[in-house]
Amino acid sequence: MSAPPIAEPQAAVKAKKNKAIPPQRLSFGQRLRRDWPLLLMCLPAMLLLLVFHYIPALGNVIAFQDYNPFAGDDPLEAFLYSEWIGFGNFEYLFQTSAFWDSVVNTLSITAFQLVFYFPVPIFLAILLNSIMSPRIRSLVQSVVYLPHFFSWVLVVSLFQMMIGGAGLLAQTLRQAGYTPPDMMTNPDTFILLITSQALWKDAGWGMIVFLAALAAIDTSLYEAAAADGANRWRRMWHITLPGLRSVVILLLILRLGDALNVGFEQFILQREMVGRDAAEVVDTYVYYQGIAIQQWGVGAAAGLFKAVIGILLIVGANKLAHRFGEQGIYSKS
Amino acid sequence: MSADTAIRPRRNSNRPAWEEKPTLIGQFGKGTIITVVLAVVLVPLWTVVVTSLSSEKTINEAGGYVFVPRELNPSAYVVIFSGGQVTDAILVSTFVTILGTAISLIVTVLAAYGLSRPGTLGHRSILFYFLLTFLIYPGMIPSYLVVTGLGLKDNLLALILPTAISAFNLVVLRAFFMNIPGELYDSARIDGAGELRILWRIVLPLSRAVTAVVGLFYAVGYWNAFFNAILYIDRNDLQPVQRVLQQFILAGQSPTTSGMAVAIPGLGSSTPPSLAIKMAVVVVTIVPALIVYPFIQRHFTKGVIIGAVKG
Repeated sequence: MSAPPIAEPQAAVKAKKNKAIPPQRLSFGQRLRRDWPLLLMCLPAMLLLLVFHYIPALGNVIAFQDYNPFAGDDPLEAFLYSEWIGFGNFEYLFQTSAFWDSVVNTLSITAFQLVFYFPVPIFLAILLNSIMSPRIRSLVQSVVYLPHFFSWVLVVSLFQMMIGGAGLLAQTLRQAGYTPPDMMTNPDTFILLITSQALWKDAGWGMIVFLAALAAIDTSLYEAAAADGANRWRRMWHITLPGLRSVVILLLILRLGDALNVGFEQFILQREMVGRDAAEVVDTYVYYQGIAIQQWGVGAAAGLFKAVIGILLIVGANKLAHRFGEQGIYSKS
Repeated sequence: MSADTAIRPRRNSNRPAWEEKPTLIGQFGKGTIITVVLAVVLVPLWTVVVTSLSSEKTINEAGGYVFVPRELNPSAYVVIFSGGQVTDAILVSTFVTILGTAISLIVTVLAAYGLSRPGTLGHRSILFYFLLTFLIYPGMIPSYLVVTGLGLKDNLLALILPTAISAFNLVVLRAFFMNIPGELYDSARIDGAGELRILWRIVLPLSRAVTAVVGLFYAVGYWNAFFNAILYIDRNDLQPVQRVLQQFILAGQSPTTSGMAVAIPGLGSSTPPSLAIKMAVVVVTIVPALIVYPFIQRHFTKGVIIGAVKG
C-alpha cells in the first residue's frame, strides 16, 4: 500500500529560503560527514518507533496465522513457527455476530457524537469569542481546559460519584424523597452517558482550535460589515461561520477517519457496568478476543480490519475535502 | 462566583466602537450558559475535595458526599500515605512519570532538532518515517506480543517505552525549532560549537516554553496511563495510581475486576475503604495536573495550534 504523501509543514518551506544549509552539489560522503550528528540525534526516536510501532505493525501478520504463542521459545519467535491459515480468521470474524454488533455499536456512537458532540466546541468557541472581558475569558478557558488533563478512570469515577446509584445526585434526590435511577448502569441511555462524559472531558479543549481560527479572522471585516448595517447575527452568519469553515472540515475529516475509534479506555472501564450489548466497541472486542480469551489471530484480524478501514476512511474523506476546495490534512500534490 | 462578573461588562472598553451594546437577554443568556459550564466542571471537583477532608461523622450526617465544608480533617490522607497499596501506587506513578517524561523529552528534542534543518542528508525520508505513524497503527495484539516477548511484563519500562515518543509532539517541537533564525546557528558554528552544544546553548533556551508544554503532555500521559498497566502489569506493588483508582471507585460496581486485593493498614483487607479515603485517592490523582497546569496553561494555545496546523 502506498501511503499518501503528507504535507511538508509550511514553516519548512518558508525556512528553506533563509536558513537552510545551501544545496551545494555535495557528494553523499561529504553530506554524511557534515550531517552525521543530526542523523545520530534522530536515531533513538527511530529505534523506539521501530521496536514499539513498526514491528508490531508488521506483527499484524498473525491475523493470517493460527498464532500459537508456544510454537517458539518466546512469543516473538512463535510468529515464525505458527501455521498460516490465509483469511481463516477473517472468515470466522465476519460470521460472528458479536463482532458485527461491536462494529454497529462503534458506528452508531460515532454518528451520535458527530451530531451531539461535534458542534459543542464550535458553539462554545463562538460564545467565548463574543465575551469582551479578558478576565472572564481566561477564567472560563482555564476551567474548561482542565478536564482534558484528567484520565478516563478519573472522569468515569467522577461521573459515578455524581450521577451513579450512590452518587451525589441520587443522594440529594433520596433526601428529597424521590427514588433516583442509576444512570451509570442503564444500557439504554449508555450512549448519552458516554457522550456527556466525552463532552465533559474534551469539549473545552476542542474549543482551542476554533478559538484560534476565530482570532485569525480579520476584524476589519466585522467593522466593514457593521458599517454596511449588518447586525450581529448577520455578521456571525457571513463572517464568523465562513471563517471557521476550513477548520470544521479538517476536524470532520479527522473524526471520520477515526470513525472506528471511539476511545477505548472509556468503554473498557464501563463495559461490565452496563453490559456487553451496549458497551462493546471494536477495540474492546479486540481486547477480549485477543488478550482475555487468547484467540490471538482473531483479535489481530479484528484490529487489522479496523486499521485498514480507518486508512480508507481518512483517504476517502480527504478526497471529499479536496472536492470541497479545502486543503484537507494532506495536500493533493 | 463568576455569574455576577459575567453579566457586568456594560461599559466595556474592550468592545470596538462599531459593535452594538449587548442586549439584556443576550447578556443574561451568556452569563447563564457560562455559569452552568463552570459549575459542571467545578462542582464535582469541589465535592471530592471537601468530602476527602471530612471526618466519618460529617460524612454520615450528610448522608454521603459532603458539599459544605465544616472541618479540615486530613486523616484520610494520613491513611493513604502511611504505606500500603495506595502509597506504592503513588510512588510507582511518580517514578514512571518522571523517568518517562525525561526519556520522552530527550528523545523527542534530539529528533526534532535533527530534523529541523531541511536539506540535511535523508531529512525527508526520516521525517516521513515519523509522520507515517499517524496513518499506521501497530494494533493492540501485536504490540502486546512484542512487549511481552521483550520480557517487559511486570516491568515498569512497559509503561514507558511503548508510548515514549509521539510524532505529534515531535512535529510541534520541530516546527518551533525551524523558526529560530538561521544566523544564530551560523554564529555559533563559527565559534566552533558542535550540534549538541548549539541545541543545548541556543535552541533549547529559546524554546523553553514549547518544550515545557510538550513535557507536560508527556507527563500527563504517563500519569494518566491506565490501559498499559492492565496489559503489562500483574504484580500488585507495581500498579500505577490510575489502576488503584479504578479498583477503589469503579470495581465495587463490577465483579470481574476484583483481581487486586484492597489492603490498607488500619482498615483490614476486607473492609471497603471509607468514602473519605476513596475521595482522597481521587484528589491524589488530580493534584499533579493541578500543580503544573497554571505554569503551562498560557502556552497551550500556541503549542496546540502549531501542532494542529503543521501536523
